[in-house]
Amino acid sequence: MMDKYNYAFLDEGSKREIRRSVLKAVAIPGYQVPFGSRELPIGRGWGTGGIQLTLSLIGPEDTLKVIDQGSDESVNAVNIKKFVKMCTGVPCTTRTQEATIIQTRHRIPEVPMTNGQILVLQVPLPEPLRIVEPQEAVTKKMHAESDYAPIWLQLYESLIKYGKVTISAEYPCLVEDRYIMNPSPIPKFDNSKLHDAECLYLFGAGREKKIYAIPPHTKVVSLAFDDVPFEKESFRGKKCRLCGSTDTYLDEIFDSATGERYYQCSDTSYCKEVRSK
Amino acid sequence: MMLQETPVLSVRGLTVRYGDGCPQCASHLEKNRCTSCGAVWAANDVSLDVYPGEVLGIVGESGSGKSTLMQSLYFDLEPTAGTAYLQNYGAGKKSIWEASAAEKRHIKNTIMGMVYQNPIRGLRMDYSAASNIAEKIIAAGSRNAGQMTERAKELLEAVEILTSRMSEAPKNFSGGMQQRVQISKALANNPALLLLDEVTTGLDLSVQAKVLDLIRKIKAKYGISILLVSHDLAVIRMLADRTIVMLDGKIIESGLTDQILEDPQHAYTQQLVHSLL
Repeated sequence: MMDKYNYAFLDEGSKREIRRSVLKAVAIPGYQVPFGSRELPIGRGWGTGGIQLTLSLIGPEDTLKVIDQGSDESVNAVNIKKFVKMCTGVPCTTRTQEATIIQTRHRIPEVPMTNGQILVLQVPLPEPLRIVEPQEAVTKKMHAESDYAPIWLQLYESLIKYGKVTISAEYPCLVEDRYIMNPSPIPKFDNSKLHDAECLYLFGAGREKKIYAIPPHTKVVSLAFDDVPFEKESFRGKKCRLCGSTDTYLDEIFDSATGERYYQCSDTSYCKEVRSK
Repeated sequence: MMLQETPVLSVRGLTVRYGDGCPQCASHLEKNRCTSCGAVWAANDVSLDVYPGEVLGIVGESGSGKSTLMQSLYFDLEPTAGTAYLQNYGAGKKSIWEASAAEKRHIKNTIMGMVYQNPIRGLRMDYSAASNIAEKIIAAGSRNAGQMTERAKELLEAVEILTSRMSEAPKNFSGGMQQRVQISKALANNPALLLLDEVTTGLDLSVQAKVLDLIRKIKAKYGISILLVSHDLAVIRMLADRTIVMLDGKIIESGLTDQILEDPQHAYTQQLVHSLL
């Protein structure tokens, strides 16, 4: 019996297979590459796609940051950090600037990412066409033929019913004028950070067994009609109650005791840094 | 007079066979089934022409191959043999059954319009009536939401559906309204040819009259060519300029509608006409 786990938990063969899929994903931006999702000591649907990417890429020189909904201290983020640290011994940080690999769920950090950094996103549903077509065999064909009318229909339906596009997270975008991609459940506020970025974005869906990527300086356009421009969330007139920032993505918090509504930065480490300046 | 014109649609030798067939098929057919090998010849060497601005009626009993013909033309099933040329596709030189998947989609969206007997096949029941029309316009390449809404209004008005209900889903509409939405959807991109497959079957008489009246108006207004399948001779008499009679997958008689109804030549047609009139 094995008394010790391999470096970074997964065996070297598995890591190589995942890295091969990553290379393919980088070569075809926005295309979902199938991969053999491995068993992990946590359930599928809990970020296993992201963890497998992190584990297969991480080395002794790396510094890791894990965020969940913008927070470094949430249960999920803390436990993923503990797990990776246990099987690799790499240092962890909460500072975006210091990290080489950042694993995240639901947010892209406020601090602009730089060349050499990798952002690993955990994806629950990688297929942007799934809401309009339940069969994988059909969605694959639709991608192959660029048959994207149904997804535009989804946007139009929202316009005709509510007068505006109501999709707030997982807002579909077109990558390099070819593939329509689901940017994982980040708010559409973060969509613009995907376009012409310095860093590498990797998306891993463990349960759905798919990996896809946006390499640096890739063209990423959020879908919008010619006469209805894409709009991200507006926090006009609102600011973070802790650091006073007005240009960040704000969480709305409701205090049931006082009935008060206030706003604060969703990116906790950014908020802290602004305050300490 | 019509013969000098180039047909909008020209079908030659359409055959749809279920089963491998055998050398005895030609002589051992009982109805449309080969007694020797059991192959079913759903459509057997069907040829026809539809000329600009005319309504070509197709009558025949259940299993005579009417819907097989329609579904082959709209790519819902793949024919065993035969060619079909559309004036507006490949300069009328390339058979539509040799088209690529993307070309077939283009033909379905812009050159032909289809109205099914059952609106569930032609409509997205959960999407608004306006979206159903917009879907066709999106598929044709437009990304202007305002134009789509204008066109949807215009078409819904043409089929006498209140524009105040355009954001409602067809599942909430009556059968006759659903059929009218389906017709407006089929007309979205001004197709050259409209395929109507038993559009009034299953509707009550007053609604039938309304839909038939609408088709007549559309024909007069848009000058569109129509291929009309029906087993109802009253519908054929009212709408069709020329009529083709099908039996057991074959065309047994064709000519001007009045001629077919007043002076039927084939024994089956005689029986059909006399059973009704």
